[in-house]
Amino acid sequence: MLELLWLVPLAPLGGFLILAVARARLGRRAVATVGVGSAGVALAAAGAVAAGFFALPAAGRVYEQNLGTWISAGDLAARFVLHLDALALVMMAVVTLVGFLILLYSAESMAGDEGYARFFCYMNLFVASMLVLVLAGDLLLLYLGWEGVGLCSYLLIGFWYREPANARAAKKAFIVTRVGDAALLVGLLVLFTQMGTSDIGGLLARAAERWPTGSSVATLAALLLLAGAVGKSAQLPLQVWLPDAMAGPTPVSALIHAATMVTAGVYLLSRMHGLFALAPAAATVTAVIGAATLLLAGTSALVQRDLKRVLAYSTMSQVGYMFVALGVGAWGAAIFHFVTHAVFKSLLFLAAGAVIAALGEEHDLFKMGGLRQRLPLVFWTFLAGAASLAALPLVTAGFYSKEEILAAAWAGPAGGRWLWAAGAVGAAVTALYTGRMVFLVFFGTAKREPSQQPGWAMATVLVILAALSVSGWWLDPRWLLGGTEIAATLPVRLAGTAAALAGIVLAWYFYLRRPALAARVAQSRAGAALGRWWIGGWGFDWLYNFIFVRPYVWLTQLGRDELLDGPFRTLGRTLDLAHAGMSWTVTGRVRWYAAALAAGAIAAIAVAVWR
Amino acid sequence: MILGWIIFLPLLGGAAAWIAGRRSAGAARTLALVAMALDLALAVAAWSGGAGASGWFAEFQCPWLPQFGISVHLGMDGASAPLVVLAAFLGLLAVGVSWRGIGERVGFFHFNLLWAVAATQAILLSLDLVLFYVAWEALLVPLYFLIAVWGGPRRGPAALKMFIFGQASAVLMLVAFIALAISHQRAVGSYTFDYLKLLGTPVAGAAAFWMMLAVFVALAVKLPAVPLHVWLPDAHEQAPASGGVDIAGLAVKVGAYGMLRLVVPLFPAAARDFTPVAMTLGVIGILYGATMAFAQRDLKRLAAYSSISHMGFILLAVFAFDQTALQGAVLVMVASALSAAGLFFMAGVLERRFGTRNIEALGGLWSAMPRAGAATLIFALAAMGLPGLANFAGEFLVLLGTYREHPVFAVLAALGMIASVIYAVRLMGVIFHGPRKDERPVKDLSWREGAIAAALVAALVWIGIHPGVITANGKQNFTAAAANNASALHDSNTEGGR
Amino acid sequence: MNSVSPESGLVVAAVLFALGLGGVLARRNMLFVLMSIEIMLNAAALAMITAGARHHAADGQVMFMFILATAAAEVAVGLAIVLLIYRRRRTLDVDEAREMRG
Repeated sequence: MLELLWLVPLAPLGGFLILAVARARLGRRAVATVGVGSAGVALAAAGAVAAGFFALPAAGRVYEQNLGTWISAGDLAARFVLHLDALALVMMAVVTLVGFLILLYSAESMAGDEGYARFFCYMNLFVASMLVLVLAGDLLLLYLGWEGVGLCSYLLIGFWYREPANARAAKKAFIVTRVGDAALLVGLLVLFTQMGTSDIGGLLARAAERWPTGSSVATLAALLLLAGAVGKSAQLPLQVWLPDAMAGPTPVSALIHAATMVTAGVYLLSRMHGLFALAPAAATVTAVIGAATLLLAGTSALVQRDLKRVLAYSTMSQVGYMFVALGVGAWGAAIFHFVTHAVFKSLLFLAAGAVIAALGEEHDLFKMGGLRQRLPLVFWTFLAGAASLAALPLVTAGFYSKEEILAAAWAGPAGGRWLWAAGAVGAAVTALYTGRMVFLVFFGTAKREPSQQPGWAMATVLVILAALSVSGWWLDPRWLLGGTEIAATLPVRLAGTAAALAGIVLAWYFYLRRPALAARVAQSRAGAALGRWWIGGWGFDWLYNFIFVRPYVWLTQLGRDELLDGPFRTLGRTLDLAHAGMSWTVTGRVRWYAAALAAGAIAAIAVAVWR
Repeated sequence: MILGWIIFLPLLGGAAAWIAGRRSAGAARTLALVAMALDLALAVAAWSGGAGASGWFAEFQCPWLPQFGISVHLGMDGASAPLVVLAAFLGLLAVGVSWRGIGERVGFFHFNLLWAVAATQAILLSLDLVLFYVAWEALLVPLYFLIAVWGGPRRGPAALKMFIFGQASAVLMLVAFIALAISHQRAVGSYTFDYLKLLGTPVAGAAAFWMMLAVFVALAVKLPAVPLHVWLPDAHEQAPASGGVDIAGLAVKVGAYGMLRLVVPLFPAAARDFTPVAMTLGVIGILYGATMAFAQRDLKRLAAYSSISHMGFILLAVFAFDQTALQGAVLVMVASALSAAGLFFMAGVLERRFGTRNIEALGGLWSAMPRAGAATLIFALAAMGLPGLANFAGEFLVLLGTYREHPVFAVLAALGMIASVIYAVRLMGVIFHGPRKDERPVKDLSWREGAIAAALVAALVWIGIHPGVITANGKQNFTAAAANNASALHDSNTEGGR
Repeated sequence: MNSVSPESGLVVAAVLFALGLGGVLARRNMLFVLMSIEIMLNAAALAMITAGARHHAADGQVMFMFILATAAAEVAVGLAIVLLIYRRRRTLDVDEAREMRG
């Protein structure tokens, strides 16, 4: 069954090709069949591959499939090689499952859109790229998927391209992530030239052999990979693209946030965790970036008015947790949180999409309310996702994974009190904004009547994801991945749990029990200033606009007419002047010429005679 | 002999097209198309025949001016073969692109177009420096006419600028060639302009440096390298709107080929001393080209700056003294020509429909022209170096080869990735996204245009996922010879340094 | 036959030349300019013959033949040009015909 591995990325790719070539000729039903079906094939193939994988003896559960050579020059021989190990299996399972569910959901939710075929075309390419990324056994192939994911995010964020704001958001996402990609590419250069191979397994093995722990080359390489991951995963300081990426259709947001794109960075760092083990400094930087981002994003999520922006900042914050886990060496916990996050965040986005569609494309939290009775299915499923996000103890999957990360931050190999504290505060903030979101949307007084209920496809998807969100600890993939167990003391675990609970209670108090109080706090001078600061994501957009965008545009406008032409134009003008100076002697009067000739001849003879 | 035919076919076809064009424009076009198709077939045949034991795909030599050691010496190796095929391929496309765009003096137009292709191929194939120089000059003349007769409103100055830049720099090269032949005569006793015999000619340090510099400057103008690039955007801007001339005459970078073929192999020691300067120029070119591409309103100027940016990689590769980088350089040449050709073609398509190439006057065309949009997207993505398309493979190999010895330059060049994505997304955004500015109904690509776009896209994707077609043979021959020379030299240098 | 010294021949030639030059510079009528040029040519021819006589060589007289032929051709072409100019402009003023200025 393992031989079917090639089908996993190639099925969505085939779907993409069919839709790209024949999209004008296919009916809507055919488009949906191809678009969803290709992901279904990938899911089925992934299932078969997984069955084959578990049939392998537990000791050597690795499978490689070589599909040919890509770039071969000098000692570099990058191959189209698929590599399946436990980590890739988990990623593949999540990407195919969540991707399939999201595509199924969008078959219904996007039905009215004129770009139906285009949508599925891009989405299939997105899933295919992500699968290439997670299954790549070669670092350069991983980079192919990496850039493919970036391209698809550009295409899908700008899906409704007529709106200039959407096109701008798409451009921003592509450019900002490409900054990280450039760093990643340099990282690849470092690794390839130092190790002489682009095969991930061989590379890590050689790195462990050749580089002592803490060596500066290892740190440099790790930091460059980190910079790439930071770009894709929307962490500080390249996080600015993610909130704007909400411009795309909701299923796109779900896909970007849950199964593809932002988790690519987490996957990369997990895949290369051996390298980070050699570079403790880079690992520390990872953890600090994660902690800072989770606080920044959490506080920003607190004040957003746009439902999808709340979710976007929450993704940034949750990925921040994963980075903390990666930084402290608990990459298994990071992957666990990735899995649960993929489930509950896609659920939240899809449910939010149902809400937004039902209210006629209304995104503003404060114009929603009281939807609990009017959209019961959406409410219950959203609640399941929200509970998981807020880490409601014991019943939700998110609780277990977040607890693991907090425990690792406290007691892990490279953990620390401050990291734990940031995580705990973040957990409280997470619960607070999650509660705010739930209470504002579904409780209180109804401000608008929903116009439609989700149909069977959307409902099925929501229920499946909700069931997974509350299903608890069994999503934990760490038994498969291996790695160290983290034994945190019970008080630490209880404290983390208490932080989340406190956030939920606070949210209940502020937004349900005493909404006036919340309004008063928001309107006080300090509250308003803080709100203004946070709603723009701590002002990074403004800062980058000021130090990068404006000077660049100014510089290019200055040089538009080619300043370097100047010297050559000057040369031309000088020749013109010389020409003008000479040409006055040519008067056209023959007698002057004759006189000049005679004078010249006389002068020449005179010089010859009396010299 | 097949090499002679590769050059003669376009010459003959061009002359036939000129004669036929007096009676019927259609006949001229058809003749040109047939000649280029045959030429492409010949080039592919020569290429796919594989390299012989000598390392040459094909070689041809007959005496020309024996008393000076000048001969008609043609040779096709792993570096020139893909480029010869590329020139024929783009020549064929250029005839197709110009099918509807040119209405006046059609015969003479195709005469010039095909002679430009022939001159390009002669440059790529010649192994005699005098022949090389003659072909080099011969390329300028048809190009001058093509721009000066059928070009845009300011075609005169643009054509003249191109001609003066090309001519002034070529003379420098000729002087260097003659000086080299004289050095060879002093050392060996007989004159020769044969490239292979001149390899390894001992030249005293300072003289070698000046010769190298003269050749370098001539090639840097043609490449073009910043700051000698100013003629190229003007030439592209004023070249006939349909884009055939841009594709056939200017997109194939003979300057880049010359850099590879002449500078390092003929003057290895001098070139090595020159490395920091050349690499600095390369990095400046990469960043400057990409940055300026962002500012352009004219799509053809944009494409011109984008290819200036690509040519920076050539400078890095040539002076990296690295096998991997050289293979990457051949890839970059092919890929850059294809992606630039695509953009020039799209510029022609848009100009025909809207009467303007000012991309800021367009907008929101995606729904009206989905096929054109997809093609432009792929060309733009290729130009910015997306993995899976041809340019990435080349640029990556160049960076990899450069990084080994010159990490700083490689890192600076990698910044070009950011600058290139900025112009690529602006290009797409301005033309295809946003609201429609021009509400006139517009047709998507016709089947002829679609076929041209599809051919370019297919080539970009094919080379992108299988760059081996280009690089596999590059290992042989001069590339290897040059790299060996260089690495031998380099080894001795580093040993001395230690 | 040795009565005329070379110096006096050359002096006559110089005087003739100066007269011709003066005519070219001073006259505005094209016909007179042409005639002045003829005088200058003849002055040169005289100088040649004188020099030839001085060296007892026939070269000078051969040269004279050439100059004679040239002068005839020159007059033919020159008169044709003058005629054309006159037809076009109805004037023979040299200073009027000055389109060929820089």
